[in-house]
Amino acid sequence: MSESPLPPKRPLPKLTEADTAEFWKRTRDQQLSYQQCSDCDEIVFYPRHHCTHCLGNNLEWRTASGKGTVYTFSVIRQSYHPFFRSRLPYAVAWIDLEEGPRILSNVVGLADPATLEIGQSVEVEWEPHEELSIPLFKPVSAPV
Amino acid sequence: MSAQARDAAIVGIHEYPSRDVAGLVSPLQIKAASAAQALADAGLGWQDVDAIYDAGEGGGMAGLNIAEYFGLKPNVIDTTSVGGSSYEYHAAHARRDIAAGKARVALLTYGSTAHSNAQAIGVGGRGGGAHPADNMESFSGMTLVANYAMVARRHMHEYGTTSRQLAEISTATRAHAMRNPQAVKAMEDLEFLDIRETTLDDVVNSRMIADPLHLLECCMISDGGGAVVIAAADVARDCRNTPVWILGSGEATKYTENGGDITTSAAAQSGPSAFAEAGVAPAEIDIAMIYDSFSITVLALLEDLGFCGKGEGGAWVEGGRLRFDRPQDGPALNTDGGGLSSNHPGMRGIFLLIEAVRQLRGESCSQVSGARLAIAHGNGGMLGSRHCAGSVILGRD
Repeated sequence: MSESPLPPKRPLPKLTEADTAEFWKRTRDQQLSYQQCSDCDEIVFYPRHHCTHCLGNNLEWRTASGKGTVYTFSVIRQSYHPFFRSRLPYAVAWIDLEEGPRILSNVVGLADPATLEIGQSVEVEWEPHEELSIPLFKPVSAPV
Repeated sequence: MSAQARDAAIVGIHEYPSRDVAGLVSPLQIKAASAAQALADAGLGWQDVDAIYDAGEGGGMAGLNIAEYFGLKPNVIDTTSVGGSSYEYHAAHARRDIAAGKARVALLTYGSTAHSNAQAIGVGGRGGGAHPADNMESFSGMTLVANYAMVARRHMHEYGTTSRQLAEISTATRAHAMRNPQAVKAMEDLEFLDIRETTLDDVVNSRMIADPLHLLECCMISDGGGAVVIAAADVARDCRNTPVWILGSGEATKYTENGGDITTSAAAQSGPSAFAEAGVAPAEIDIAMIYDSFSITVLALLEDLGFCGKGEGGAWVEGGRLRFDRPQDGPALNTDGGGLSSNHPGMRGIFLLIEAVRQLRGESCSQVSGARLAIAHGNGGMLGSRHCAGSVILGRD
């Protein structure tokens, strides 16, 4: 395989996927969004066109504060994907947003990602792209 | 025990011996070759088969494609496709279909050339966009190993589980693998370094792949496949081997939920169903064939299946408890060597059934004396985000 002259790129979400396109369109304005059912108050995430609790279609978009805590994480030390291989080692984490949704992302901004801890407070840090922004997260204080 | 149903039994098995076919054999050829061997094992013929179960790994129109390739015209086709747990579902469905009078001889087959194809099952990125969840997650670069590692990390955080405790899973299965010539050949063919029994230190000192999971806590990627033949009671009693009865089964799904508990798997739902139907308690199980994609998979599933309480798995597995020569301490784990050290071509569920049958026939390389009851528990998909569970309780007369 010949070396590409361009740096490898992060795989980006599709703006055409039926249920999640609206989420990604809202990231252009750096809005981190989730849905709440107007009928039963259920928080719905990942986004859908129906409520996963009552099957209703009255979902309202809400904007999250971008603040949350690390529920769990791993530091990846081996990847065959060109972009992610270029970023090794890096942290992936399930993050519980303070409004309730659990989102998968990267925790960035640590000199050594292995120093991350469960329960770490984090906040969103946007990585802008042409048609959308990627919600990454960074620590906001030292772990307790 | 008298209430246990004897509707259908596993009467034929075959595990395809090669783990490295060097691109010379196709997955379909592995299926057909394995079918022939498993039918011969049962003492049945090609024309006896009237039901086909297939996980659809060959692509669309799976039920039609496999029937035509085999040259069979079955009365029942089931293409339930739930990853590595597919074969536990197939066994349960075959029993159900046989009990309903829809079929008499069911054939389950699996074939994969994952190793020859150099598939990066564990460390590749996920292709994005097909499913809404993929479109939300692919940007993160989460690998399959990291998906499971996040379960391990949370398990450690909540329950104090250690890497040395998780390493018990790897050392027990490796000890069993070293007694299984097919597993030793597999490790040679896949160019494992230093093929021998491992210590807890070996495991925790091996290279970190995705914290906290080390190399020796991750399954191999092999070629391979196999076949299982399941027959109605009257057919089974005339077959060559001791029938291994399907006594109970359970199915369940688990996926990421806001506020959910990542350390509890779908086994917590499928296990109790299977045990209840079989009229069996976990403490009675002699053989635990539990999907060992990674060390943490087994630890979480042992807890969820009720062998010990949630969070107690780390302490429970200590001291070599899972080895075949410790029957007084509970079930022996993956006595063929498991996916960690014998055979993992991507969807290992069929081998769980096959080794359980070997044990209940008295044919295992790491035979547990007098083994009477086994569980085959498949986990398909990914433990840390979304997966299916299939539990099957097996027993002999």
